[in-house]
Amino acid sequence: MAENITGAEALMRSLEHEGVKTLFGYPGGSIMPVYDALFDHKQTLNHILVRHEQGAVHAAQGYARVSGEVGCVLVTSGPGATNTITGIADAMIDSTPLVVICGQVGTSLLGTDAFQEVDLVNVTSPITKWSYQIRRPEDVAWAVSRAFFIAKSGRPGPVVLDFAKNAQVAKVDYKTENVDFIRSYTPDPHPTEEAICQAVKLINSAKRPFVLVGQGVELGNAGNELLQFIEKINAPAGCTFLGMSALSSDHPLNKGRLGMHGNLGPNVMTNKCDVLIAVGMRFDDRVTGNLQKYARQAKIIHLDIDPSEFNKNVKVDVAVLGDCKKTLKLITEQVSPANHADWIAGFEQYEKKEFDSVIDNAINPKEGPLRMGEIVRKVSEATKNSAIMVTDVGQNQMFACRYFKFTKPRSVVTSGGCGTMGFGLPAAMGAAFGASDRTVCLFVGDGGFQMTIQELGTIMEHRIPVKIVLMNNNYLGNVRQWQEMFFNHRYSFTPMVNPDYELIAKGYDIPCQTVTKREDIDAAINKMLTTDGPYLLQCAVMEEDNVFPMTPPGANIDEMLLEFNNDKGC
Amino acid sequence: MINSDCDKCGRCNNKSEKDVSTCGSLFTIQVYSENTPGLLSQISAVFTRRQVNIETLNVCASSTPGVHKYTITCVCTEEMAKMLTKQMEKRIDVLQATYYTDDQLFILEAALLKISTPVLLENPEISKIARIHGGSFVEVNPVYATLEKTGRTEDVLSLYNKLNDLGAVLQFVRTGRICITKGTEEKLDNYLAKRESERINK
Repeated sequence: MAENITGAEALMRSLEHEGVKTLFGYPGGSIMPVYDALFDHKQTLNHILVRHEQGAVHAAQGYARVSGEVGCVLVTSGPGATNTITGIADAMIDSTPLVVICGQVGTSLLGTDAFQEVDLVNVTSPITKWSYQIRRPEDVAWAVSRAFFIAKSGRPGPVVLDFAKNAQVAKVDYKTENVDFIRSYTPDPHPTEEAICQAVKLINSAKRPFVLVGQGVELGNAGNELLQFIEKINAPAGCTFLGMSALSSDHPLNKGRLGMHGNLGPNVMTNKCDVLIAVGMRFDDRVTGNLQKYARQAKIIHLDIDPSEFNKNVKVDVAVLGDCKKTLKLITEQVSPANHADWIAGFEQYEKKEFDSVIDNAINPKEGPLRMGEIVRKVSEATKNSAIMVTDVGQNQMFACRYFKFTKPRSVVTSGGCGTMGFGLPAAMGAAFGASDRTVCLFVGDGGFQMTIQELGTIMEHRIPVKIVLMNNNYLGNVRQWQEMFFNHRYSFTPMVNPDYELIAKGYDIPCQTVTKREDIDAAINKMLTTDGPYLLQCAVMEEDNVFPMTPPGANIDEMLLEFNNDKGC
Repeated sequence: MINSDCDKCGRCNNKSEKDVSTCGSLFTIQVYSENTPGLLSQISAVFTRRQVNIETLNVCASSTPGVHKYTITCVCTEEMAKMLTKQMEKRIDVLQATYYTDDQLFILEAALLKISTPVLLENPEISKIARIHGGSFVEVNPVYATLEKTGRTEDVLSLYNKLNDLGAVLQFVRTGRICITKGTEEKLDNYLAKRESERINK
């Protein structure tokens, strides 16, 4: 028997029906009926009050990325809704499943420029998988079920529900809905035998196969399938930044990270392999560099669940459409085991070259100021490489991604496609809720930290155990590096005058320590990791440090610079 | 395999050295969608984001209940046409998007021309041109006459150009093209039947 309840109450029941346990949000005028209903559901729906709506979306992203669940956000109309835009765009380009529920003015006021009215469906349409306005309480159960189905199925992404206030208060005979089929949407396309056959044939013929591992492997929970595949064909692999924890960092076939600030070996060898097998990645320009000189010698096989990715940036020879958990398994069953020891050994010279000229000094410096690389590697090792690494954006992100190591899946939370400064702190707190049994380490710079620093309030309130490693160089370091390299050393608005972060931490009742000397790092990291709850470790790092190797923008990926003021490539 | 139009490498889709809007040829894209609000702006956004201009656009209910049909023409490379259709199909409520060249379609458009009656009476060439092009006058009054013309795009434009050269045209409007596919395959019906069987078997 259907129960007669308000639209707001129907939303609560629908969220519970979808298995939502945690939501991040901020109340306001047009969402008040929903917050009133939420007051009676506090036992089942753990609502985390953030300090800014942008923080709510990034927190939901962090939650989703580590848990594999849909991140859920609840905000009001107008500015509340527009404050979520950056996070929604970030989730779209990084394929993160989110459902963002925003209040909206009543339908009688729509289109009248009412107080806190923004045409959110149209604003968010290009940066969501689906954006829908709920105008009647009868649509709540259906829209919520459809939203969760769309957000988490196929290539995941964000969905926006714009919930008109009159639909929140009007009554409806509530019945649960279970949308699991939309005729215009095929989230799980069947792999074709023909594509699998072609891929198998090409892989069997390969003398120098190279596998590119993207976030699709994580999203498809296909880590084991990937492992079996690369081990059977004995192929080396390189990871995109978002795909890094899909393959254990120390696996002998893991040859490191791809792209602009990735490792020398995988980038150079992309242009030497004869068959390139890309799994769940999208040939982003930061990965490919100059497309005209990208893997032109190779036959390319692309495994992806999203058909619009095929031939988008790089023309492929075999497109294998489907969930990579299935397609990898099918291919692995049919390929012949192989041995490519000589080809794999070819990576060593580049590994050695990069270690000698860049890595050794980055993680084992003997003198001079602290370097970000050594701090990242020490934190990683202190957690036995088992922690979740969250980063902000900039040099902190590049050093973290280069020197953190992974042994467990779903351990990377970083803003990849969007490059959103301010992402780190809220995303880390979301990750702590999404994986409460794991250690969450955030690496953040002094620039990005201040973009969402208000979330320290949320961390204080809930004692969220986020281990914040603030790598302070008194610069917007990444832009400064580009200014140094490409803009004639003109540091236009990149020096940063910083507040006293210890005082700020004190104000938020978060234990804090500042490290300036190399000999104090280990003890400080140990203190941070053994202190219950949140911790802020401020590291005074080299001010004008540069991230190397680097493929300059537009250059070929096999022409990475190992240092500045010297054109020697590889 | 698609043939790349990139004259640099013959492989990638990088158009940095080219103006996409002026390279390529005319394609007609047929899109079928659910009849949900907001779809038109989603579809047009796919074009604007990739710097392709929509030449003509016709939207109406299709012969399948609840399904809307968009007929869109644009000038681009075949590679771009393919990308546009894939990006449109990525929108949740789009059922199908397919690109065609003119030889794969029966094409029709309609046009209305408003002609000054004094100019029309002065110059007998005008009614002759209208007759030759199969146009028909649907209204004549002392101030203006309304001429109606249906046909292929080039016929419609030829009529307009000739009359305009004579200084006769006060107003001109085209519907943009509508078309049906040649060939025996009904792609939308096949798609819907396939999806329906998948739904039942689920």
